[in-house]
Amino acid sequence: MTANLFECLKLTKYFPIKSIFRQIGKVHAVEEVDLAIPEGQTVGLVGESGCGKTTLARTLLYLLRPTAGEVLYSGEKVGEFPRKRLKAFRRETAIVFQDPYSSLDPRMVIAEVVGEPLVIHRIAKGEDREDIVLEILERVGLKEEHMYRYPHEFSGGQRQRLAIARALAADPGFILLDEATSALDVSVQAKILNMLSALKTELGLTYMFISHNLNVVRHLSDRIGVMYVGRLIEFGTREQVFDNPVHPYTRGLLLASPSLDPDDRNRPREVALEGEVPSAINPPAGCRFHPRCPNGELKCEEDRPALVDIGDGHLVSCHRHDSA
Amino acid sequence: MEARDRLLLVDKLVTQFFTYGGVVEALDEVSFEIYDGEILGLVGESGCGKSVTAASILQLVQKPGKVMSGRILLNDEDLLQKSEKEMDAIRGSRISIIFQDPTSSLNPLFRIGYQVSEPYVYHQGRPKTVAVRQAVEILKKTGLPDPQDKASNYPHELSGGMRQRAMIAMALTCQPDLLIADEPTTNLDVTIERQILDLVKDLQKEFGTSVLWITHDMAVIAQICDRVCVMYAGNIVEQTDVWTLFKEPCHPYTVQLLRAIPSEAVTVDELEEIPGSVPRLIRPPTGCRFHPRCSKAMPICREVKPQETDIEPGHAVACHLFTETEEHA
Repeated sequence: MTANLFECLKLTKYFPIKSIFRQIGKVHAVEEVDLAIPEGQTVGLVGESGCGKTTLARTLLYLLRPTAGEVLYSGEKVGEFPRKRLKAFRRETAIVFQDPYSSLDPRMVIAEVVGEPLVIHRIAKGEDREDIVLEILERVGLKEEHMYRYPHEFSGGQRQRLAIARALAADPGFILLDEATSALDVSVQAKILNMLSALKTELGLTYMFISHNLNVVRHLSDRIGVMYVGRLIEFGTREQVFDNPVHPYTRGLLLASPSLDPDDRNRPREVALEGEVPSAINPPAGCRFHPRCPNGELKCEEDRPALVDIGDGHLVSCHRHDSA
Repeated sequence: MEARDRLLLVDKLVTQFFTYGGVVEALDEVSFEIYDGEILGLVGESGCGKSVTAASILQLVQKPGKVMSGRILLNDEDLLQKSEKEMDAIRGSRISIIFQDPTSSLNPLFRIGYQVSEPYVYHQGRPKTVAVRQAVEILKKTGLPDPQDKASNYPHELSGGMRQRAMIAMALTCQPDLLIADEPTTNLDVTIERQILDLVKDLQKEFGTSVLWITHDMAVIAQICDRVCVMYAGNIVEQTDVWTLFKEPCHPYTVQLLRAIPSEAVTVDELEEIPGSVPRLIRPPTGCRFHPRCSKAMPICREVKPQETDIEPGHAVACHLFTETEEHA
């Protein structure tokens, strides 16, 4: 059993909605999420737009201060880190964003873009810095001649390589990949996914991979968490969650995802998700999925189901599996 | 399959863009047919000419682009010979289109009901009040909750999925012969995407409309289309029915593309990659445009452009691997 690199305990993040004078409500972006990321593994996070995937990840990295709950990094509370330790924590964690067009500064040449973390963390300067940048560029499949070009001279796939290079620059142990392949064409996506897997093995990285494309998450992840309106509703290994899903929402989500087999078009869908995701400003009471759930009971409207282990670390938040 | 009537014939369509950097050969002799009541998929990566095909059919290619040659026959009338005024009568009534981004295709200043009713007023000359009532009817058919209520809302008050339903309603107002769907579900979540796919399938059955479904997502193709055209760099490289395409793809590009997609059926450690990247269409590769990236390229591929060949009825491939055998025989 490997140690957990990250652990969050009842992590909660609300965003206030303010009128001119007072707070008039709050967005329940993330609510009481318990999640563990084992070292050296990839944890995938899936869910529909606005379910809190990105907020959870950013709160985990302390880019957003949690409203309640704790984040543990290698067993220590990130919330209690002194300034220096927090800066070291920033060096040890990195992010790759979805859109490589807006996440690279158009006025900086590649050597500056990729070398910036080295400057900020005072790791290297001058020629040393260029050597490190070159080494990283080669690692992500770019060449020396690219060092003094501007981001606009690169294609979407190359830009995403640059974003990954920048994330790797300060030698982090953890990388958050927030929809990192969503903007790419499939042939480019395949290359980036292969590169990410190779880097993970070579450098012993831990990933958190956020995507709405279930097949991509399945491909890359060891463990997968499913979120719905701010709550983690199912978590487990890839096989547990995707091959034997238990929560009705996970089942519906998997059945809704288009498959590459044309014969599947007529497969009966036991859970067809009707309607839309409720608003996180006034989320439904009890189980947040109950208004759309095919087997909702009275209990679901009142009590919030806890996230319980139904065996081998497969966690589910559903009243039908409470007793297990 | 029963013989069906041909609705649209696109024959050797060439569309080019005259930019300062040079002539972009966006479509290079694209030919395909759409039959009555079928859903034809047009699939390919960014920049392969999918949307330019749609724009060419509707005569909406903007300057500096121009349709250079070819024929587009809608029930034997050549759309390329039509005047702008005649095209106005066809767009939105006999051929209509839904775009990827419903937010930017709807006018934020007008109510949904008014916008959906516009084709009734424009093409059928209905009075406005009648048209809005009809708009509510068609919105109901697209499964929009509370259509009466939503008709008096502005676009920003609707969610992405609802806006796309409104766009579909608007496209179907005049019961067009052909509906062009240009990546209509790309911006939507999977559950909403599934609802829209089901909706289009149901409405297509009800109205008997033919659909040209443009997407980069092979999985969507597998779920909705009857036949598929695979495009690469301005050429159609393979066209066949959807089952053959996924079970026995022939063109090396199709084969490699399908292997590059992570699938739910098989878990592999490494995805197969297509070497190189999509070529620029200013001075594209000579001969077969795929040859620099093709694992099976032969000397002839660099020099001669492969013609589309029927390898069996209804399955055409543009690749020298398949033309050669014929010459020997």
